[in-house]
Amino acid sequence: MYDMKALYEAESVDHAISLLVEHPEAMVLAAGSDVFIKLREGKLAGREFVSIYMLDEMRGVTLEEDGTIRIGSLTSFSHIVESEIIQEFIPVLADAVLMIGGPQIRNLGTIGGNTCNGVTSADSGATLLALDAEVELKSPEGVRIIPLSEFYIKPGVVDLRPAELQTALLIRKAAYDGYIGQHFIKYAMRNAMDIATLGCSVNVKLSDDKQVIEDCRIGFGVAGPVPMRLPQAEDTVRGEVISKDLIEAFGEATKHDVNPRTSWRATKEFRLHLIETMAMRCLTESIIKAGGVVE
Amino acid sequence: MAIGKRTIRVDAYDKVTGRAKYTDDLCDKNALVARIVHSTIAHGYVKTVDTSEAERMPGVVKVLTCFDVPNRPIGTAGHPWHLEAAHRDVEDRLLLNRHVRFYGDDVAVVIAEDDVTADRAARAVKVEYEELPFVLDVREAMEDGAPQLHEEFKNNILGHTSIYKGNFAEAIKEEGLIKVEGWYDTPLVQHCHIENPVSYAYMEAGKVVVVASTQIPHIVRRVTAQALSLPWGSVRIVKPYIGGGFGNKQDALYEPLNAWLTTQVGGRLVKLEISREETFYATRTRHAIRFHLTSYVRPDGTFVARKFAAYSDQGAYASHGHGIAAKGMGAFPQLYPCDNLECDAYTVFTNKPVAGAMRGYGIPQAMFAGEAHIDDIAKALDVDPLEYRMRFVMPKGYAENFSMNVNYADSFRECLEKGMEEFDFKRKQKAYANQTGDIRRGVGVAVFWYNTGVWPISLESSACRMVLNQDGTIQLQMGETEIGQGADTTFAQMAADTLGIPFKHVHVISTQDTDITPFGTGAYASRQTYMGGFAIHQTALQLRDKILKHAQTLTRMPSYNLDLVDGYIVRTTDGERLMSLGKLATDVLYSMEYSEHITAESTYQCNSNAYSFGCSFAEVEVDIPMCKATLIKLTNVHDCGTLINPALAEAQVHGGMSMAIGYGLQEKMLFDEKTGRMLNDNLLDYKLCTTMDHPDLTALFVENAEPTSAYGTKSLGEPPTCSGAPAIRNAILHATGVAINETPITPHVLFERFNEENRFERLKEEQEEMQAQPVGAGAR
Amino acid sequence: MSAPQYKTVNFTLNGVETHKMIDVRSSLMDMLRDNYSLHSVKEGCAVGECGACTVLIDGEVFNACIYLAVWVEGKEVITTEGLTGPNGELSEVQQAFVDEFAVQCGFCTPGFVVAAEALIRSGKTYTRDQLRKNLAGNLCRCTGYENIINAVETALERHHAAKVNAKVE
Ligand code: FES
Ligand code: FES
Repeated sequence: MYDMKALYEAESVDHAISLLVEHPEAMVLAAGSDVFIKLREGKLAGREFVSIYMLDEMRGVTLEEDGTIRIGSLTSFSHIVESEIIQEFIPVLADAVLMIGGPQIRNLGTIGGNTCNGVTSADSGATLLALDAEVELKSPEGVRIIPLSEFYIKPGVVDLRPAELQTALLIRKAAYDGYIGQHFIKYAMRNAMDIATLGCSVNVKLSDDKQVIEDCRIGFGVAGPVPMRLPQAEDTVRGEVISKDLIEAFGEATKHDVNPRTSWRATKEFRLHLIETMAMRCLTESIIKAGGVVE
Repeated sequence: MAIGKRTIRVDAYDKVTGRAKYTDDLCDKNALVARIVHSTIAHGYVKTVDTSEAERMPGVVKVLTCFDVPNRPIGTAGHPWHLEAAHRDVEDRLLLNRHVRFYGDDVAVVIAEDDVTADRAARAVKVEYEELPFVLDVREAMEDGAPQLHEEFKNNILGHTSIYKGNFAEAIKEEGLIKVEGWYDTPLVQHCHIENPVSYAYMEAGKVVVVASTQIPHIVRRVTAQALSLPWGSVRIVKPYIGGGFGNKQDALYEPLNAWLTTQVGGRLVKLEISREETFYATRTRHAIRFHLTSYVRPDGTFVARKFAAYSDQGAYASHGHGIAAKGMGAFPQLYPCDNLECDAYTVFTNKPVAGAMRGYGIPQAMFAGEAHIDDIAKALDVDPLEYRMRFVMPKGYAENFSMNVNYADSFRECLEKGMEEFDFKRKQKAYANQTGDIRRGVGVAVFWYNTGVWPISLESSACRMVLNQDGTIQLQMGETEIGQGADTTFAQMAADTLGIPFKHVHVISTQDTDITPFGTGAYASRQTYMGGFAIHQTALQLRDKILKHAQTLTRMPSYNLDLVDGYIVRTTDGERLMSLGKLATDVLYSMEYSEHITAESTYQCNSNAYSFGCSFAEVEVDIPMCKATLIKLTNVHDCGTLINPALAEAQVHGGMSMAIGYGLQEKMLFDEKTGRMLNDNLLDYKLCTTMDHPDLTALFVENAEPTSAYGTKSLGEPPTCSGAPAIRNAILHATGVAINETPITPHVLFERFNEENRFERLKEEQEEMQAQPVGAGAR
Repeated sequence: MSAPQYKTVNFTLNGVETHKMIDVRSSLMDMLRDNYSLHSVKEGCAVGECGACTVLIDGEVFNACIYLAVWVEGKEVITTEGLTGPNGELSEVQQAFVDEFAVQCGFCTPGFVVAAEALIRSGKTYTRDQLRKNLAGNLCRCTGYENIINAVETALERHHAAKVNAKVE
């Protein structure tokens, strides 16, 4: 039995928002995988919760008229993996969330929960950032849309205002159109049921002759306090001709962007070593997937 | 015959349908719930416990603290009682402790009407401590001036034993010897049975009854009675199906506390369920042992002198104590016999969770060190490590004086040959000899030997009861326990064959109830098939005699011309089936003249032991820049004598191999240096193998029937965990040339070692050289 | 809790429509074990890390320990007990677990059986590696997974063979 003071079950998004207005102390319970863990540890014991888990209107992946991919915040990881839209345009997101936990966790866990946690090890974070994702937020004041990069504030803290719900993640057409080279690498101590030591997501757009990297975006999880992009590494390769040396320069440049820390899970030195290695491998794979050749 | 067949487990149906009942499934849902309050310091004294807030909570029935418990220290190890005090386990903890010796020690207990209240109340108990300095490192704990855990044990040394032979100092003076020396480190790991320890207790008929997930019901009864100062007959322990034990449940864990709790609430039903986190830090672990090994060998490889030192981390309380390190040390001189030896083993208290028995009992540790060391020797001599083992490992006919064990067949070489062939070892060894590039493969091998049971150190005895039913089936009752390994099934196979009835006619009573079940010490030391086998054999013969005596009356034939075959009384002179056992049983029981309820019961005291042997072959792929070693293939070969049930034997080996993989590559309990708190006390952060962390596992056997055994069998439960980790380590050495002297070989460790040996730079240089070569010349 | 909060949950359990008044704080595991005595739902961690409590909800696997009981409203829940036939016949998966010696202590078994059942019901075929991936949410300490994977493979083979046979007939 979970030690909850009260549980309010929302029947619609608007109802959820009004429940949150009514009970300002209450926490949002999406799929709850980590809320339940904290409850058991006694950390959130005795709190009130507004459950939004039953809100099917917040589930599903759709392609909007302007080409925006809209992922309802409660869409489970397995439904993202199975989505034809995701598979066609941003398969890297499917690859990334397929690395989460095991089947049970992927059926339960939601992309919204994964981003609202504000944890740097969230497996979807690096990829969503690398895809310039935006978040849709709804509150009594209305709807606002902000870049995911601005949504992350600091570990465990995201830009959610009182009584505000994250309702969807949006990926614009411009962010995926032509970026056919996409790759994700998760580094963990086990091959399943593990949290990331690091997560790296790269996508590239090559010139028509496949010789030049027209654009490259790289996102990392656990390379800093929150999931982050690596602007200097991206600048290093943007507009450059593909070569082994370029890949090495890319790896080298990651050092200037990242800020990993030592914890009992891994030392800073080890993470730095891996960041460089993973960035190079991830870029190489992305180029190959885009039809380029690295030699 | 049932023996030797791949007989379906007797409990398979109930387990796949979810009908098999484990402790918590049997407990009434309205039981009172107990929660333990654990210490939040690593060492010190409890000054006060403020229970007032907890006691005020509605639904809280009682709060008990370390100031309330009986002042009767207990020894928790699951060893048979010894009539001589000197051979008994150290008794060094109370049910709840005022002197707390590790972060997580037991300080108080809350009993409440439901789990939410129990949790809240446990959090509301305020404990004030007088803190003392603590020590986490085993070598530091031995130093003068280190924090002292138990007054009676100076420098925290719980035990120190030695094996000295020949003259080491003289022997090493020989000219031209090669010295190989190394420190080898093994980690603290946990059993991680999927069912956490759980028990419930109540009073009935003036007795305390505890239903518990334990491997050793009869021993738990004794420890519980001692802890509560009750006559032993006033305690009853019931053991239903258990969700794994692996040695952790070969300790009296919380059963004595649970028994005491019910006595404190007027005999009401109290359930004590241990969480996964508590299981990690507050039950038992496998000793981390640090080894220092030195070998002097001649250029031809022969051993001249060897030195062995082991420092075993006991944690805060004695539990199984020095037995583990001593057993690990005992394996060393026998594996590669050598005339000049100096071996010392120390077991040392530290302010960490308590180490106890875990599958392998010192041998996985000793084999990691010893077998890594053998590869280091082979490397120093530049010889093939497999050939080296073939030459020097325990020879056929080797006999040992203490255990009276004899290596009757040439098991080691047979196992190595068999494994080598299946593994395609030689070819791979060659193929991986000169690799370049980021990703490399390697193969490795390691051997082990293992005892069967605990004779002559402790009592070995087993009792069995057989009751004949009116239909000719029997009930089989053993004190030895089913803990997942398949004991019930193999017992039934043995009973069926010796008695002469079909396997299906044996009903094994899986539950042990100390009020009913004959005495047996339980599941540990890989003893049950061997020890239980004697008792079953003896009892079946007694039952058969009784049956044939009645058969003489009923068939008018002399009993010496009768036999029991496949459930029928058969005349041996012509093979004629004279009557079914069922008819005999009914006729005898309801006879107006000679009615008898035909049963047999006997105890067999075993005064022997038996060598069990085997080896592991491992193949790894190491991604050097990513600091990852992936196991590609693992093969174990065992000689555990005759296989009673080959399918169950294979299954046992798979499970042990899996533990060895975790031990070699992934598992380690981590502690916060500042507080002594365990950092990864959950199944996410403690890296138990998942389905994705294994290759397919191959289990092979060499069946040399054990001459001392009732059914030709000897130990198999623990052996599969013993040689996997060093085989993996040796494969990584083969792949990369980097010797890693600690386990688990995680990416962190690989990163450090590759850094130390400049592997990353070397790779870069290698690549630059390749690029510098003219196009077309490179090996693309 | 200030005032206990109860709610009636209406759902289908092992093929039978049911409703129960429960404390809203109950996990699905609490409800199945305590209110329905479905003891195949085992607790190994209570935080979604071992899979011993795996159940099917609308055909997908979930850990019942980290799922609120009230969330099954209107859904279909299946536990290992629900896979056995009315006369105690074993399901394809259960039978394969018996035949392949995939059971040892048995504590992880019901969770694995349910996880494997989801694969059977998907109608898909799986390579051995895909089986490993799809069973990775269930931990077992006894078997090294070898016989479990064998059993699921066998169950899938038998299932697909039976389907082909059914079509032929
Ligand atoms: S008990 Fe639910 S996943 Fe472990
Ligand atoms: S059979 Fe024991 S945990 Fe799987």
